[in-house]
Amino acid sequence: MENKIEISDLRVHYGDTPALNGISFDVHPNEILSIIGPAQSGKTTLLKVINRTLEFTQGAKVEGSVKLDGVDIQTIGDVYGLRRRIGMVLPLPVGLPLSIYDNVAFAPRTAGLRTKSELDEIVERCLQQAALWDEVKDRLDTLGTKLSGGQQQRLTIARALSHQPEVLCLDEFSIAIDPVTTMRIEEVLKSLQKEMTILLVTNLVQQAKRLANRTAFFLNGDLIEIDTTDVIFSDNPTNQATYDYINGSFG
Amino acid sequence: MDTNIQVSPGAMFTETALDRQKRRIENVVRIFLLVVTSLMIIPLLLIIGYLLYKALPVLSFEFLFTNPKDNMRAGGIWAPFLGTIYLVVVSLLVSAPIGVFAAVYLNEYARENWFTRITNLAVVNLAGVPSIVHALFGVGAFVLFAGLGESILAASLTLAIMTLPVIIASTTEALKAVPMSFREACWNLGATRWQTIRRIVIPNSISGILTGVILQVSRAAGETAPIMFTGAVFYKAIAEGDLFAYNITEQCMALSLHLFTISTQVPDVTEGIPYATAVMLVGSVLLINAVSIGLRVYLRTRKKW
Amino acid sequence: MNILRKKSATSVSFSETVIETLIRLCGVSSIIFVFGIFFFVFREGAGFLFNGLDLVEFLTSPEWYPTSLNNKRYGTLALILGTFSVTTLAMCIAVPFGLGAAIFISEFCSPKLRETFKIIIELLAAIPSVVWGFIGLTLMNQLIIAVFNAPIGLTMLNGGILLALMSVPIIVSIAEDALKAVPDSYREAAEALGATRWQVTYRVLLPAAKNGLLAAVLLGAARSIGETMAVLMATGHSVNIPSSPLSWIRTLTATIAAELGEVARGGEHYQVLFIIGILLFTITFVVNLIADLVIKGIRQQ
Repeated sequence: MENKIEISDLRVHYGDTPALNGISFDVHPNEILSIIGPAQSGKTTLLKVINRTLEFTQGAKVEGSVKLDGVDIQTIGDVYGLRRRIGMVLPLPVGLPLSIYDNVAFAPRTAGLRTKSELDEIVERCLQQAALWDEVKDRLDTLGTKLSGGQQQRLTIARALSHQPEVLCLDEFSIAIDPVTTMRIEEVLKSLQKEMTILLVTNLVQQAKRLANRTAFFLNGDLIEIDTTDVIFSDNPTNQATYDYINGSFG
Repeated sequence: MDTNIQVSPGAMFTETALDRQKRRIENVVRIFLLVVTSLMIIPLLLIIGYLLYKALPVLSFEFLFTNPKDNMRAGGIWAPFLGTIYLVVVSLLVSAPIGVFAAVYLNEYARENWFTRITNLAVVNLAGVPSIVHALFGVGAFVLFAGLGESILAASLTLAIMTLPVIIASTTEALKAVPMSFREACWNLGATRWQTIRRIVIPNSISGILTGVILQVSRAAGETAPIMFTGAVFYKAIAEGDLFAYNITEQCMALSLHLFTISTQVPDVTEGIPYATAVMLVGSVLLINAVSIGLRVYLRTRKKW
Repeated sequence: MNILRKKSATSVSFSETVIETLIRLCGVSSIIFVFGIFFFVFREGAGFLFNGLDLVEFLTSPEWYPTSLNNKRYGTLALILGTFSVTTLAMCIAVPFGLGAAIFISEFCSPKLRETFKIIIELLAAIPSVVWGFIGLTLMNQLIIAVFNAPIGLTMLNGGILLALMSVPIIVSIAEDALKAVPDSYREAAEALGATRWQVTYRVLLPAAKNGLLAAVLLGAARSIGETMAVLMATGHSVNIPSSPLSWIRTLTATIAAELGEVARGGEHYQVLFIIGILLFTITFVVNLIADLVIKGIRQQ
């Protein structure tokens, strides 16, 4: 089985401050890989490297390689196409100040899709996948920003699915939403796993335990340990820091 | 501050002499500052009231729609009024696109480095160049070098460059008010910088951009010095009531210059006419400003996020 | 397999490259214009500046006789002093009012009242300078004649008051920005120690914001130095070394405005007016630069 993403010796600096100190690991196709670790451990930076939005951050320098389906992403000429192959969900829900319909149709439209029937189909499918369709199907023209926080986060997920990504990255998606909604989204993710690879950055270790096939533990820009979730959450992971973090000794 | 005050139990919350004194000073300061600030309303009201009072006998629709007559000693303000509209519209057509794009560049494209620093400094300095120096520039660059002669075009270009910083500053502010997270969300969806700007950033800052454009209009309408030697002329008769009476390659009259002329250069002007001219000028400018303020307040109440 | 994958890099780009180039060009236009202003004003005056004009006399002689037939003199000392005296007078009036209003609006005011005052100040700033000049010519003229029993009210005092009213809005808005830029934690910390609003302002905010306040004053002064129509109409229009607030004076700006229309293009007098323009440009450029450095200074702290 070929790896979906291969990361080797990835280093990132913001000016003089290192954010990632040479990490290497692979992501398998159709797995849910969760990345846990305390704040400032480089998790968000990693996601930004993968879809190359770190290029918008001034002073950020990237070394090492990230391969998507065996191709180094730095060599991909069509960076916008690359970003459409990766879905990104950020910590705080961001409904764009457009209608719900336009929110979801945004990415297909920027990619050049104009056909109304196709757009309709994408919007409905993505909203359904994100478990939002039933709540909003009668008011697709209301502003995305007027939805509740939990609804906006599901809208964000629907939007991330709208360009049919191969990899879906979620960055602490449950930070601003209630537990019930969180559980619903977790169900969604489990079902999406059949179609895509999911990278789940989370600060809730229990969430990682519930969802992930494998779990990686980051600390201060280093990858401490990556293994199947069972091993990481067992009483004897390879590294003591992992055990301490999961059991609440720090972080 | 006063560290060694002995506080006996129970006296904790009663006012000491020191507290009373502090409170008194506080009140005196507050009232003093209120008076100082309020004093600024007085000139505004006084000026408007005084001008209106003196102008009332002359003000009428006829005054607006007739040309100055009898060597500018009588008649109305049609020719200068229309001239000002021409100058403002042409200058707006030039400065609005350049100003908005310049602000987009500074806010959305420019990275934080020495070049951006210099660009920003240039904007600040452009705003600080005296209006009469803009006039000299207009003469040197547009009237003579570009060969436009003294014309509406030359005067408008001079006005456009002079008012450019107004649009840049307010557009930058409007763009800054659009949350960064919107841009990031668009980038994550594979949108290019320009797609992000066109579909999200500009539609959501258009009200602020408009405010700046309106302010530019008000500023351009009131200026005198930059147009004096570049295209505005003391007297020029045009067809009354014809909105297309001027040609932009020729000179025109302007309300501001007209006020200057009839109040300093022309003897025996009918009492009231200069005041009425001033009222029309201040009135137009304040009206435009009020529209801009109104728009800002109204749009603030119906933000989209 | 997927329509969304088909779009290639090239199709995004052409129209976008065009528009981004346009944006970048507009972005640097301000630099081009500032240099353009200097270049074209300089170009018109350069001939006489390097060949014929006695720079020492230009800057130090009070004799301005540009139209004299046998005794042409291009000394601008009286004009320079005119500009600086009327600006100084204007600042003496505008600075206390401007800073007082800024402190009140920023620290002592309810939000509603603050909005009202800011709108009033905005409207005050919008009044065209020729209208201020007209007010000087009519209302202020009569007031000064009545109050000081002066023969003519078109004096330095008249122009100074007008310039003060014109520069107050700038001073208020920049000074208020400077006060607002002081972190709230300073205020809270001082208030927690039992200081009153005024003590907080006087002992904490004013020292913390002093650079911004200085910049506000400088920019207000730059506005006064560059102002043309109001001083042209209200200060008496007579080349004099000013001796009191009731002197009649003439400024650098007013001289250009009054004489440019009447000189032969390309002649000595014409060129001297452009050289005065360079002088004005340089003065305001330096003042603005200092103000900018002073403001940037705060941000780096």
